[in-house]
Amino acid sequence: MPMISLEGVSKWYGQFQVLTDCTTQVDKGEVIVVCGPSGSGKSTLIKCVNALEPFQKGSITVNGVSVGDPKTNLPKLRSHVGMVFQHFELFPHLSIKENLTLAQVKVLGRPKNEALGRGLKLLERVGLIAQKDKFPGQLSGGQQQRVAIARALSMDPICMLFDEPTSALDPEMINEVLDVMVQLAKDGMTMMVVTHEMGFARKVADRVIFMDQGRIVEDAKKDDFFGKPRSDRAQLFLSKILQH
Amino acid sequence: MGYDFDWSSIPGALPFLWHGAVITLEITAIAILVGIAWGTLLAIMRLSPNRALSWFAASYVNLFRSLPLLMVILWFFLIVPAVLRNLFGGAISDIRLASAFVAFALFEAAYYSEIIRAGIQSISSGQISASLALGLSYGQSMRLVILPQAFRNMVPLLLTQAIILFQDTSLVYVIGLSDFFGTAYRVGDRDGRIVELLLFAGAVYFVICYGASWLVRLLQSRITIVR
Amino acid sequence: MGYHWDWGVFFRTVPSGGATYLDWFLQGIEWTLIVSACSWALALVVGSVLGVLRTVPNRLLSGFATLYVEIFRNIPLLVQLFIWYFVIPELLPVGLGTAIKQSPPLMQQFLASWLCLGLFTAARVCEQVRAGIGSLARGQRNAGLAMGLTLPQTYRYVLLPMAFRIILPPMTSETLNIIKNSSVVSTIGLVELSRQAQQLVDYTAQPYEAFIAVSAAYIAINAVVMMVMRTVERRARVPGFIVAGK
Repeated sequence: MPMISLEGVSKWYGQFQVLTDCTTQVDKGEVIVVCGPSGSGKSTLIKCVNALEPFQKGSITVNGVSVGDPKTNLPKLRSHVGMVFQHFELFPHLSIKENLTLAQVKVLGRPKNEALGRGLKLLERVGLIAQKDKFPGQLSGGQQQRVAIARALSMDPICMLFDEPTSALDPEMINEVLDVMVQLAKDGMTMMVVTHEMGFARKVADRVIFMDQGRIVEDAKKDDFFGKPRSDRAQLFLSKILQH
Repeated sequence: MGYDFDWSSIPGALPFLWHGAVITLEITAIAILVGIAWGTLLAIMRLSPNRALSWFAASYVNLFRSLPLLMVILWFFLIVPAVLRNLFGGAISDIRLASAFVAFALFEAAYYSEIIRAGIQSISSGQISASLALGLSYGQSMRLVILPQAFRNMVPLLLTQAIILFQDTSLVYVIGLSDFFGTAYRVGDRDGRIVELLLFAGAVYFVICYGASWLVRLLQSRITIVR
Repeated sequence: MGYHWDWGVFFRTVPSGGATYLDWFLQGIEWTLIVSACSWALALVVGSVLGVLRTVPNRLLSGFATLYVEIFRNIPLLVQLFIWYFVIPELLPVGLGTAIKQSPPLMQQFLASWLCLGLFTAARVCEQVRAGIGSLARGQRNAGLAMGLTLPQTYRYVLLPMAFRIILPPMTSETLNIIKNSSVVSTIGLVELSRQAQQLVDYTAQPYEAFIAVSAAYIAINAVVMMVMRTVERRARVPGFIVAGK
């Protein structure tokens, strides 16, 4: 059974259709990169997977649980799916270690010391243990994003969603975040990553999905996608983006 | 100017003026506490997806914001005694004060709820996405993530509204309640020294309000959350 | 409830004859609108000047404007009104003071109400104008000066036209505020709506009808003002300019 499965997903904002008939799946341990021009719907698609955005047609299942089903316990579902945002979204009024323990305690019901222990271990893993008592506002963008990844990992997720994790970072900080993500992929995490970073895709992606105007235009294994993309649109996109 | 100033009636009147000041402070305090509590609830109701709740909150706020405070005070002085008589039989000892408490608390809640609502909405929607993505419920997200941040930012505005409210308490004059201003006027009227007492009252209000707003400005520079 | 409703009371003649209670009610609306409008005119003129003064480099002028604002904002409106009505006539030169004290009561009430409400609101208008000018990027002022305009010209042709559009929404709420604040002048006897409410209660012993009618009048005036201001805002909108409003 695939970890994440999307079947004929369509979404409208009022009259405007933002997603059209999107079908794909992510198996356990797979790393999928979703790319495409802005406005292609890639961020919207990924936000539908953990029900942050509703969708009107089709179905999405995560680990067998139907996301669109009104009876589904959404907080419970979301606690198993990690998400990392473009603008980090750490909680500015809480210290770094409090950011890491909040959801563990309030959602998973872990005792405080256990939550703290796990949180600190993850902070070490992303190389930021020295910042545990600082506040988000005192950290750089790259540091904040690494903490955000640790925060998502603190919930022991079965899969992780990344919504343009490096788009808001200064160029010199992009690599420190990508390194963490590469390590995560090598450790076997199931990942769905919306990004422009093709270097990352080449390194660890299993498949690449290319979206344009709300549709999945290509869904191919990494080598096929970079080697000989089937659609003209994807070819055009790649030629422009790979010049850098 | 042909007026002979004579400030002599003030020292003797200080006990009365102090008693009036206590009334002013009591009304202010109740209005702030109940106003912020009820106002927060109203703000959350207004922002909730439940249409009935948000319609009720919006109507409440719009009603109280379109009426002059003076009319609201008169209204509750009409209604509260009748209600209390039905609930408790005999009249409460200080019916004017009770009406004033109710009027100010319910009125200020409408104004506070607008400040709080704006504060909640000023927190980026990414914060609520991040909270929900971690598996927190909507209620938990509000309580643990959004409201703490919103209130930190709102404190200067909430305090400024409190200073305005403090000044507005003088309007209880219209129901014959002797707050600080009312007492000052009555003393002046009694002693034929209205001019001195009114200037004295004005000066006292000025010192208190100016001092308080200066403190709020000081607080504002220290309290903003570094983003 | 035991209360005897009687909406017909409005059509009854007042004891002194010659008018119905409805006429009193309408007179209340009239006075509320007159006091509000006259005070608003005064507030706009004085407030705009003060608002500009607060932003000019001259320390004396901006300091004066700041002092003005602080005084009018830190004393309750009711206290200010009583000071205008009872105290100012005593502090004026004897001739002028006596003239005022001997003029008809309505004249004294209106004068005190107009000056009090107008100058009080001027302080608020001043702050809005100052914020409006301040919200325009420094660049606008510099661009004006760089073209060779003098500072007054820059204010007149570049800053103020945009500033006034920016402050239209807050100005709407100030208009509504002045109408609500006009109720305060009932305490010195001016027969606007709130005073009429109390009069009607005293004379007819039908408090609920009186209060409901007066409240409905305030709400209706409120609604009309909002509609008018929305049209004004729409007409004045600058295409493509999004106001970073609060």
